Amino acid sequence: MRPLVAQLRAEITMLFTNGETLFLTLGIPVVFLLFFSSVHVLPTGTTHPVDFLVPGILALAVMSTSMTALSIGTGFERGYGVLKRLGSTPLGRPRLLAAKIIAVLLVEALQAAVLVGVGYLLGWNPGGPGGAAALVGQAVAAMVLGTVAFGGVGLILAGTLKPLVNLAVVNALFVVLLLLGGMLIPLSKLPHWLAELSRLLPAAALAEALHGALGHGAPVSSRDWVVLAVWAVAAPVVAALTFRWE
Amino acid sequence: MDHADDNPAPDRPHAYPSSEPPAIECDGVVIRYGDTVAVDRLSFVARRGEVLALLGPNGAGKTSTVEALEGYRSIAGGTVRVLGLDPARDHTTLVQRIGVMLQKGGVYPTLGPAQVLHLFASYYEDPEDPDALLDQVGLGDTRRTPWRRLSGGEQQRLSLALALVGRPDVLFLDEPTAGVDPEGRIVVRDLITAQRAKGLCVLLTTHELDEAERVADRVVIIDHGRLLAEGTPAGLASGTADGSIRFSTDPGIDTVALASAVGAGASVDEEGPGAYRLRLPAGGQTPAVVATLAGWLAERNLALGDLRTGQSLEEAYLAITGARSEPGPAEVTGGGGRSRGRRSRGRR
Repeated sequence: MRPLVAQLRAEITMLFTNGETLFLTLGIPVVFLLFFSSVHVLPTGTTHPVDFLVPGILALAVMSTSMTALSIGTGFERGYGVLKRLGSTPLGRPRLLAAKIIAVLLVEALQAAVLVGVGYLLGWNPGGPGGAAALVGQAVAAMVLGTVAFGGVGLILAGTLKPLVNLAVVNALFVVLLLLGGMLIPLSKLPHWLAELSRLLPAAALAEALHGALGHGAPVSSRDWVVLAVWAVAAPVVAALTFRWE
Repeated sequence: MDHADDNPAPDRPHAYPSSEPPAIECDGVVIRYGDTVAVDRLSFVARRGEVLALLGPNGAGKTSTVEALEGYRSIAGGTVRVLGLDPARDHTTLVQRIGVMLQKGGVYPTLGPAQVLHLFASYYEDPEDPDALLDQVGLGDTRRTPWRRLSGGEQQRLSLALALVGRPDVLFLDEPTAGVDPEGRIVVRDLITAQRAKGLCVLLTTHELDEAERVADRVVIIDHGRLLAEGTPAGLASGTADGSIRFSTDPGIDTVALASAVGAGASVDEEGPGAYRLRLPAGGQTPAVVATLAGWLAERNLALGDLRTGQSLEEAYLAITGARSEPGPAEVTGGGGRSRGRRSRGRR
C-alpha cells in the first residue's frame, strides 16, 4: 500500500507542477467555457450556449487528461528511461498503472467540479430525462468509459512513438477530436458523412453521451454506449500488446 | 572458457565462504539481437564482498550482459543467476535485493533528488534513510533542484543513491563514473568501496581503465561478447608483462655492452631516441638487475629516467584486446570519452 500511495502522490505532484498540463487540463476547458458562453459565436443550437457547452467541455476535459496529459507524461517517462528503471524496483507494473489511473480520475473529478461550478455561475440549467440520479449516473458512467478508451489511445501512442513525436501527434489528435467530436460544435453542423464517421470515434461518442445525459435533447443513444464500450475494451488491449517499456 | 584460468583466484580480504552460491553467475551466456550475437558464451562469477569490473570497448556486450542479470534481457543460451535466483523468473523476489544504475537517465526529470529518493525508498521494505543518503552522495545542497537541471555528475550520483536506497545485496552499476567530475569520482569510488566493505557484490561496467584499476578487486575483459581475460588488475598487468625493463637515458649508448654487463639472456634495444627496452629471461626482473643497470649508467655518467619494470592495466588491456580481437583501432582510453562506438550493436 505504501508504494502505491507514494507513487500516486508523485504522479499527482508531477501533473500539478507541470505548467503545460495544468493549462491543458484546467486552463483550456475553463477559458473555453467562459469565453464561448459569453461570446455567442458557436452554433450551439441551444437558447443558452452554456447548456450545450458544459456537457461538451466535460467531454473535452476527460479527453485532455486521460488521453493528452497521460500520453505526454508517460511518453517522456519512457523516453527518459524512467519506466525502464522502475522495472528493476519492487514497485511493479500493476501498482504503477494503478497510480496513473487513480491520478487521472482524481484530476478529472477536480475538472468536473470546477467546470460544473463555473457552469452554474454562468447559469447552466442541466436537463436530461429520468431525474437527477439517473442523469449523474449516466454522465459518470460515460466519463469513466471515455477515460478508459482515451487512456488506451494515449498509451498506444506513448508506448510506441518517440516522446517528441508523441507530443506532436497527441496534441494534433486533441485539436482534431475537439473540432470533430461535438464538444464545441454540434455534430449536426458537420457534413453528414463526417458526423457519421466522427460518431465512431470515442470523442464524439463521449460528447454525445454527455449531451444526452445532461442536455435538453434526446436521451443517450445505445449506439454511443456501444462505440464507447468497444473503444474502452479495444484501446487498452492494443496498448498492452504494443507498449514498449524502453 | 580457455582464457578464464589465466589467473588463479586472488586473495580477497572480504571473500565469503565458497559454500554460498556466487552473488552473480554467468554460465555460457548467449544474447542475440536478431542475427547479431552480442554476447557469445560468456562465463564468469562474482562473489559477495567483491567489486567486479566488466571491461571492454563500446559494443563489447557489457551492457547486454548486465541487463540480462538485471532481468531486462532474455538470453538465447546458457544460464544467469543472481543470488542463486533466475533474474527473469524470480524477478519480483530479486528486485527487493538488487540495486541498479542504468547507463543514463531513469529519473523523473521534473522531480528533485529528495522527492525521487523518498519515492524510491517507499518501494522497499527496509530502505536507507533518504536524507542521510543524499548527504552521503553529496547532494545535500541540491535536494530540491529538478533532475534535468542537475549537472551530469550530480545526476550520476543521484542514480547511485537510488540504486543504494533499498539496501541491496547486489549492485549493478553501468558506467557509474561516465561524465562525473574528478571530485564526484572520489565520492562514487568511496561509496563503491564502502558497499564492498558491507559485503555487497558490486558489478560495474566501464571502459575507463584507471577507474577499474582503482575500485575493482577483479576485472573481466570482454570484446565481441567473448571473455578475453579475467583476473585482478595487478595479476592481469603482470600476466601480460613481457619481462622487460623500460628506461630512458642519452641516445646512442652501447646496447651490446650493457646487455653483456647485465648477464646471460639479456638484450637491449633502443626503441626510440633515448628510450630503451631491456629484455630479460623469465623471472629476470630482479632488484639486482636494476642495480646493475643503474651502476653501468653511473660509470658512464649517464642519467637514468622513466624506469619501469611492470605495466599498467591499460597497457595490459590494450595488449589483450589488441591481440585477441579483430584488427581495428582500439578506442578505449583512460579518460572520459564515451560512445565513440567503433561497432554499433543495436543495444536497444
